[in-house]
Amino acid sequence: MSDLLSVNNVVKKYASHLALNKVSIDVPRQSIYGLLGPNGAGKTSLIRIINQITAPDSGEIFLNGEKLRPGHISVIGYLPEERGLYKKMKVGEQALYFAMLKGLTRKDALTKLKIWFEKFEIQGWWNKKVEELSKGMQQKIQFIITVLHQPELLILDEPFSGFDPINTNIIKDEILRMRKEGATVIFSTHNMASVEEICDSIALLNKAEKILEGRVNEIRSAHKTNIYEIEFRGNMIGFANALWSNFELLEKTEEGNIQKAKIKLLKGSTSNKLLENLLPVADIVSFREIIPGMNDIFIEHVSEPPGIKNREILFFNSKELKKGGAGE
Amino acid sequence: MNKTLLIIQREFLSRVRKKSFIVMTFLGPVLIAGFISLAIWMTLKEPEIQLALVIDETKILSNELQNSDNIVFSYSADTLPVAIQKFAKSSFTSLVFIPNNILTSNSIVIHYKTYPSFNIQRYIAGEIEKSLDKYKIKSFNLDKETYERIKDRVTVNTVDFKSKTDDKFKMEITLVGFAFAVLIYMFIFMYGVQVMRGVIEEKTSRVVEIIISSVKPFQLMMGKIIGIALVGLTQFLLWMVLSSALIFAAKNVIMNEKYDPSKMMKHQMTSELMKDSSKEIPLDAGVNEVTDLLSRINFPLMISMFVFYFIGGYLLYASLFAAVGAAVDSESDTQQFMAPITIPLVFGFIVAEFAIQNPEGSAAFWFSILPLTSPVVMMVRIASGISSANLWQVYLSMVVLTGTFIFTTWIAGRIYRTGILMYGKKVTYKELWKWLFYKG
Repeated sequence: MSDLLSVNNVVKKYASHLALNKVSIDVPRQSIYGLLGPNGAGKTSLIRIINQITAPDSGEIFLNGEKLRPGHISVIGYLPEERGLYKKMKVGEQALYFAMLKGLTRKDALTKLKIWFEKFEIQGWWNKKVEELSKGMQQKIQFIITVLHQPELLILDEPFSGFDPINTNIIKDEILRMRKEGATVIFSTHNMASVEEICDSIALLNKAEKILEGRVNEIRSAHKTNIYEIEFRGNMIGFANALWSNFELLEKTEEGNIQKAKIKLLKGSTSNKLLENLLPVADIVSFREIIPGMNDIFIEHVSEPPGIKNREILFFNSKELKKGGAGE
Repeated sequence: MNKTLLIIQREFLSRVRKKSFIVMTFLGPVLIAGFISLAIWMTLKEPEIQLALVIDETKILSNELQNSDNIVFSYSADTLPVAIQKFAKSSFTSLVFIPNNILTSNSIVIHYKTYPSFNIQRYIAGEIEKSLDKYKIKSFNLDKETYERIKDRVTVNTVDFKSKTDDKFKMEITLVGFAFAVLIYMFIFMYGVQVMRGVIEEKTSRVVEIIISSVKPFQLMMGKIIGIALVGLTQFLLWMVLSSALIFAAKNVIMNEKYDPSKMMKHQMTSELMKDSSKEIPLDAGVNEVTDLLSRINFPLMISMFVFYFIGGYLLYASLFAAVGAAVDSESDTQQFMAPITIPLVFGFIVAEFAIQNPEGSAAFWFSILPLTSPVVMMVRIASGISSANLWQVYLSMVVLTGTFIFTTWIAGRIYRTGILMYGKKVTYKELWKWLFYKG
């Protein structure tokens, strides 16, 4: 079994609102898997089902090849997007409480907490009340609580929100380290830059359905449009003349004595041919293929078809969907 | 450790450690003891002047009882039955009967129209003792010192002239039952609202999101409800122990003063025992009266019933409060759902007040069976004494209550698990109804 988690044809309906429509995803072991989608696409519903907070109406979920069962809670760590702590409770006491709820013994939890508190250099917080901590500090505690029991599957919903860049890096490094040590991570975010940076694979949900799934680099290559960006010194007129056929100049800009151009290869031509044509007329500074970012891919897939901007119109066939309903 | 136990533990400890809990725990018994002291003080108060008609069968008192500010003695030579007939039409408020055997029985009977205060009872007894003393010293030719050693105290028995029964405590016992009912009403409200607040707090702070990835919502709800119930029971237990200790201590202080050996010596030496004790005894009698009342209350029954109806009523209401907490986003949104919960509770309280007067009436009967009001109303009925023929009503009420709280807990659990994950939405009753049928 190479996939740690398999979700097969999961359907979830709230009253009259369809939250998940036959969604299937496969999360490879020891990978970081991005779960993407606009607000209301069904991400939270799916995550809640994986966490057994709610049950699907139909469909199956397998963890490690076994059908999901309550005992699996102890091998999952979940950091919800909307998260909080008991404000009046002391930090250490609270961390201990949540660790024990996850099934750790008191002794075990204490040892592990000590290690984490030392690692993050926050030993002094142990007897502070949560309300005395800043938001970022609270997020750190929540992160520790999530990973303390060394879960096989980590589900992180917007884990970096509320962190400054330094702390974001600390947390990112921890996530990568845990992956290296064997953990599988499901990572839900709207920050596409961090998806490109750390995700191995992604699934894109929109309107209760999965519309895209695969490895990040493969998806990005598949969305290539054969556009190249060239920076050069030289005469723009000569440069334009060199592109006599099979190429299309999309855009040109000038910054000081450096000229920048975006060129699309038309059918039959290659990047080498383009270079051949340009070498005699321009002093080339850089030459690179533009690979679409996840941001562009996201927007491209999620945007409404042109002409239909109103959701209500889009759903005119199924009146039920108009009413909306509970949750995502 | 079991997860529900962990939750119970957290809910319990976080509340018991609060300052407000500790303050209430110590303030409560002081208030209870204060009320009891007030009761003693009230019974000691002189309401009006007693006009006492004395029937002396022995003829040894020689009509020499001293009048005081509160009592005027008159004498009659009639026999008791005749005197009682005349007494009915007379303006006398009490009839003091001194039987022939007073020298051996040392006891008299007071028939009363208005109940003589303890002070007056002791005053009458004191006056009679004084006359008896004089008679005994004279007729047995004793010296005063010898007599002081062998002298007897006179016991007063009171009989209600109209009912002629010894049931003067029935009302008080029912009132004690009402006090228990008030306690249940208060506890359900106080701790039920605490459950609701706890749920809202977890919801608004979003802690709930973290918790429910480890435990089932039902476990969380039950853990909270049970944890808070234990807080309530702990408070009740501490109140009982502390107020008994306070009452016991107060009683001892008064007793010690009375039986202080050094004071006894003084009394003997100054030979003013009678006069002094007639001042001091009433206080003691008041305390005795209260302890007598307390001893007539079936505390094991009352406390076990209290615990049952508190737990049953609390589980019923607390689960509803938890459901309300789960359905709203903040405490200010609770109004629309609170009314259906608080109205029956307040109504039960009102019925309980009427049940004091008429514990076997049909209102008291029905509302002591209906589960939303039975915890409050049944306490009053049990205190007033339920005849064995009506015992089935108690059992029925207990069964109905148990069944209902299991049902409401189930309903509340279903509303709760959907509600705690729902934000920023104004929830309607129709919506709540739908939540009942969502798949877990």
